[in-house]
Amino acid sequence: MHTKSRDNWVAAAFVAPFVIAYLVLFLYPTVRMVILTFTDAPLIGAGKWIGFKNYQRLFNDKAYLSAVWNTGYFVLLTVIPNTLLGLVFAMMVNRQKGYVQSFILAAFFLPYILPVSVVYRIWEWMMDYQFGIAQHALDAFYGERVAVFRNKIWAMPMMAFVTIWWTIGFNVLLFIAGLRNISQDMYDASALDGAKRWKQFRYITWPLIWPVTALVLTIQLILQLKIFDQIYLLTLGGNVNNTMVLVQYIYKQAFQLNKGGYGATVAFSLFAIIVVVSVLQYQALRARPR
Amino acid sequence: MNLLKIDFAGRLITLITLAIAIVWAFPLYWAVITTLKPEFEVAQPGLNLLPKTWTLGAYTHVLTTTKIGQWYVNSVVVAVSVTVLVVMMGALCGYALSQLRFRGRTALWFTVLASFMVPIQALIVTHFVLMSQFGLINSWLGIVLPQLIVPVVVIVYKQFFDSVPKDFREAARVDGANEFDIFFRIYLPMNWGVTTALAIITFIGAWNAFLWPFLVSTADDTMTVTVGITMVKENFGVQYARNLAAAVLAALPVAIAYLVFQRRVTQAIMLSAGIKG
Repeated sequence: MHTKSRDNWVAAAFVAPFVIAYLVLFLYPTVRMVILTFTDAPLIGAGKWIGFKNYQRLFNDKAYLSAVWNTGYFVLLTVIPNTLLGLVFAMMVNRQKGYVQSFILAAFFLPYILPVSVVYRIWEWMMDYQFGIAQHALDAFYGERVAVFRNKIWAMPMMAFVTIWWTIGFNVLLFIAGLRNISQDMYDASALDGAKRWKQFRYITWPLIWPVTALVLTIQLILQLKIFDQIYLLTLGGNVNNTMVLVQYIYKQAFQLNKGGYGATVAFSLFAIIVVVSVLQYQALRARPR
Repeated sequence: MNLLKIDFAGRLITLITLAIAIVWAFPLYWAVITTLKPEFEVAQPGLNLLPKTWTLGAYTHVLTTTKIGQWYVNSVVVAVSVTVLVVMMGALCGYALSQLRFRGRTALWFTVLASFMVPIQALIVTHFVLMSQFGLINSWLGIVLPQLIVPVVVIVYKQFFDSVPKDFREAARVDGANEFDIFFRIYLPMNWGVTTALAIITFIGAWNAFLWPFLVSTADDTMTVTVGITMVKENFGVQYARNLAAAVLAALPVAIAYLVFQRRVTQAIMLSAGIKG
């Protein structure tokens, strides 16, 4: 009995730093967020208890619904393209050897380690209406220059593209690890049977890489639902409402309009969406392709 | 005949791969080379792959007219603190979960796993309220604290400590070592590789963090470099060379960290995604 309680004390000393940080910086803020959703509190300071009014307001708030829509649109534009392109790039890297392979992998991976504000500065410059080098390409293929991040139609797809450019390295790395786990014997045997590239991909690579694909899809989905940084930065000074996403709407309500209670409600709805979507996706992805 | 045909297709794929890689890396090259051009050249149309006149003017401008030096100090202090604290807390907690039997162990483990669900971004409102109650708005500690919750570090450590053979532990026990000795002398040194990998990726993540540092530091003096460089606004001239020079300076530490520790960064990314490499 005596040693048992001593063991507990030793363990307590080990877990204390994490548990204390967790309680103060995670659990408490989470509980407090939920309580805030029932009040009309400003960002700093107390507010009145108003029951479910914030939630009722949520469903009649056009700007909120449009933020949900924009977030969904951004998810649609990024998650699957980023995953599939990640697989394609990984297969491309995997075919190469030596220095060529290192160069190609670095080209795909380097953007991923950059801070978002650097990515923003790079693409603001690339796409500048007057001086941007990429505007030449637009001119050539589309026929005219477009201020892409301020254009209602172009903004979201362009920001999705920038996001893919920035983050694909992560997916490429995971896929390369997955591809290296597939035994070369399978490919050799199928080559002897005369299988072409496409058949090898369809019947060996794709089914065997599926667990990694499912993992990447899950990580991507949750990540992109929480999008804020690059959209906020790339639309600085423009019309932000066209491309307002959920986290940005939390920021707007709580920090710009000083509505802490309502901002917390939007935040809680994001939390709910992420939980529901991850459960649904987990169910959907458990199925393996034939 | 058939062999020749396959080889041709293979070469074509290699060429396409190279072309895509070059296009992919081009914005990086273009950004860096722009910082080395004088203003009038930046505004010239066309693809001028090298500056006609090389200049470091954009860099001296950024270094002398912005507080980038101060931002750098802030970033270093914040990123190093976050790294040390996150890795230390994660290792200790991961060790307890892996090696010690204590009340509430299972509950703690499931709490750690469940916390993956809650998006940190959803907590910005209450984090801000909390930090302002602590009087930590516009302070280093205020930037650091909300970044300390990284449950994946605990999970990775637990996995690695799980796979250390029990013999080491029992031998040390027989020699009279206590848990702290076992942790610091055996489990931690045996897993230096994991610690290095986690430390590097945590450092890169903390250096790159945007949303929270952006919200909590509103004064010019307390910003991290990642936030600071988005605030540089000029009202005259073509400012791209200067903006990008600031961006290059901001990216330098993480770029160097990556180039020096490439293998570790890769390993850490796999680990944090749940692939034990």
